[in-house]
Amino acid sequence: MGINFEKNSDFKNRLIIFVILFAAAIVVVIPYIWMISNSFKTTMETLMDPNHLLPQTPTLEGYERVLTGSPFFKWLGNSIIVTCTNTIIILFTSTIVGYVFSRFQFKGKEFLFAMLMFTMMVPAQVTMITTFLIIDGIGLYDSLLALIIPSFVNVFGIYLCKQFCDEIPKELIESAQIDGAGNFKIYWKIVVPQLRPCIGALAIFTFLEYWNDYLNPLIYLSSTERMTLPLALSYFSTQHSTDLSATMAAAALIMIPAAVVFLIFQKQFIKGISMTGMK
Amino acid sequence: MAKVILDNIKKIYPHAKDEDKKKKKKKNNEPEKKTNLQITDEGVVAVQQFSLEIADKEFIVLVGPSGCGKSTTLRMIAGLEKITEGNLYIGDERVNDVAPKDRDIAMVFQNYALYPHMSVYDNMAFSLQNQKKSKEEIDARVREAAEILDITPLLERKPKALSGGQRQRVAIGRAFVRDPKVFLMDEPLSNLDAKLRNQMRAEIIKLREKIDTTFVYVTHDQVEAMTLGDRIVIMKDGFIQQIGTPQEVFNHPQNLFVAGFIGVPQMNLYNNCQLVKDGDTYKVTIMGKEYALTEKQCAALNANGVDSQEITVGVRPVHVAVSQDANAGISANVEVTEMMGSELHIHMTSGEQKTIAVVPIDYNTDEVIEQHSTVAFDFKAVHMHLFSNETGMNLI
Repeated sequence: MGINFEKNSDFKNRLIIFVILFAAAIVVVIPYIWMISNSFKTTMETLMDPNHLLPQTPTLEGYERVLTGSPFFKWLGNSIIVTCTNTIIILFTSTIVGYVFSRFQFKGKEFLFAMLMFTMMVPAQVTMITTFLIIDGIGLYDSLLALIIPSFVNVFGIYLCKQFCDEIPKELIESAQIDGAGNFKIYWKIVVPQLRPCIGALAIFTFLEYWNDYLNPLIYLSSTERMTLPLALSYFSTQHSTDLSATMAAAALIMIPAAVVFLIFQKQFIKGISMTGMK
Repeated sequence: MAKVILDNIKKIYPHAKDEDKKKKKKKNNEPEKKTNLQITDEGVVAVQQFSLEIADKEFIVLVGPSGCGKSTTLRMIAGLEKITEGNLYIGDERVNDVAPKDRDIAMVFQNYALYPHMSVYDNMAFSLQNQKKSKEEIDARVREAAEILDITPLLERKPKALSGGQRQRVAIGRAFVRDPKVFLMDEPLSNLDAKLRNQMRAEIIKLREKIDTTFVYVTHDQVEAMTLGDRIVIMKDGFIQQIGTPQEVFNHPQNLFVAGFIGVPQMNLYNNCQLVKDGDTYKVTIMGKEYALTEKQCAALNANGVDSQEITVGVRPVHVAVSQDANAGISANVEVTEMMGSELHIHMTSGEQKTIAVVPIDYNTDEVIEQHSTVAFDFKAVHMHLFSNETGMNLI
């Protein structure tokens, strides 16, 4: 009897949890489904019957217009260049600076670190105008470099990596020193492999940040062929009308690489996040 | 293979700013003193006046209680700690300012410090790769070392798939494969269980015959120190207490600390004993019983110019004889008896004074020393160690 009772209450609990999670999942998933569904509708159908989930007359018109009627692959290339370059550079600078802050003793270290942390408190909008003036001043306006150079250093990344480096046993580093490895080799061969969960999480954060970035491309880019994908969504809108079908199709296409990256790094990402919580 | 010379080495850990603040706070409340390390304006003095000449291929053990500076000394030899004062030579080269990677030393850490992301093979090959050795040579040396340490089947495994003892072997193998000038070991056995520790201790002795290089070994376990070392350096509060062979430190401890530290069970120490000089001979009175010292002891005392005074006498538990006849010596009450198999440890009290005796068990007699019975113990003058009450130093 007791066992039955336990099973019963277990089932009840599971049911309650399932219902709550299911409801939450619906709320999260519906916009995506709506987006995908609308990408297969004509603009007219979307405007007339936006709430109908399944397209009445499914069409690939939107996708066709995106892929053939616009420099979509150019934008995709731009987005890939900016996102991948930034992700790689940030992973490198964050891990190496985090390692230096964690393991090396030098004058003014605490002050420097405090200053870095302070910049994390300042919203990006505060420095937007000065950054724009500098970028324009050195002639990088309307160039992809304008999106890359200001992103060399990511304070959150440094902080995250420093926290992880603090947890690496110091004997591991000392052992490598005695084994004859120089500072960079220790960083590359010993520290970086230990930071794998942290690097996975940071890679996803950074990739998504730059892949989805709309504001910075809007500020620094002006010509159509230099646009990145999020900015390019506005290409399908004119002052008076929006090609909803093409916009939705483009949005659905943009999502794919982000989803792929997440799936690749998912395991590391979740480990990274849960470990960040512990420390 | 090289001699190592430590010449008047001193290590000061400067006060950290936060610690200063804490100290100031503590001063207002109650000062808390964890160790007896000397604290100066510059910082905490972890090691001082450390002078030692380690011969080529010698096995030196640094031993002492925690916080005595033994690990700090080892880390200074490794180059992991900066030397505040003094000179350190490896071979003929002064290496105070040489980076660890250029000292040609190998070190085994207490927690093994194996690189977790590398296989056993790569762990062992890492230092050779850094020396830019050819692949064939690396492979040959790693496999040879693995063979000697009996870890060949483990070469492809990652450290997390190994047991504690296996990790220890790999850590030794990693250091061994390099053929270093000096082999440093920082409490390498303290993470192992007792059985494995005994086994590994024997392996280290065997290994030493094969490696034939200079060893510096740190431990807090005096059994390890006695069994492994050619010479033992006993440290306390940053100072060397005695340097000597295991026999020397056991048979002739230089001071009370060494007397108490070396030997299990601990040496029995009797305070407030009267040493009386009578011409060229000496007598000592312990708990009312008078003993005439041997000729050899008297000669040594005379040579050192020792006068009549109050002293502390030490006697090893193996040298204490126990009799059930309460009048056969100094009377005592048996508190606890510990049966160790081949011998019996008898804990006795006479008033405040505690005495431990280790006596062999004779299974042929029915004579049993009962707990809480009254017995008598005695010892011979020849087994007595005489220490000055003032300085704690051995008078002989």
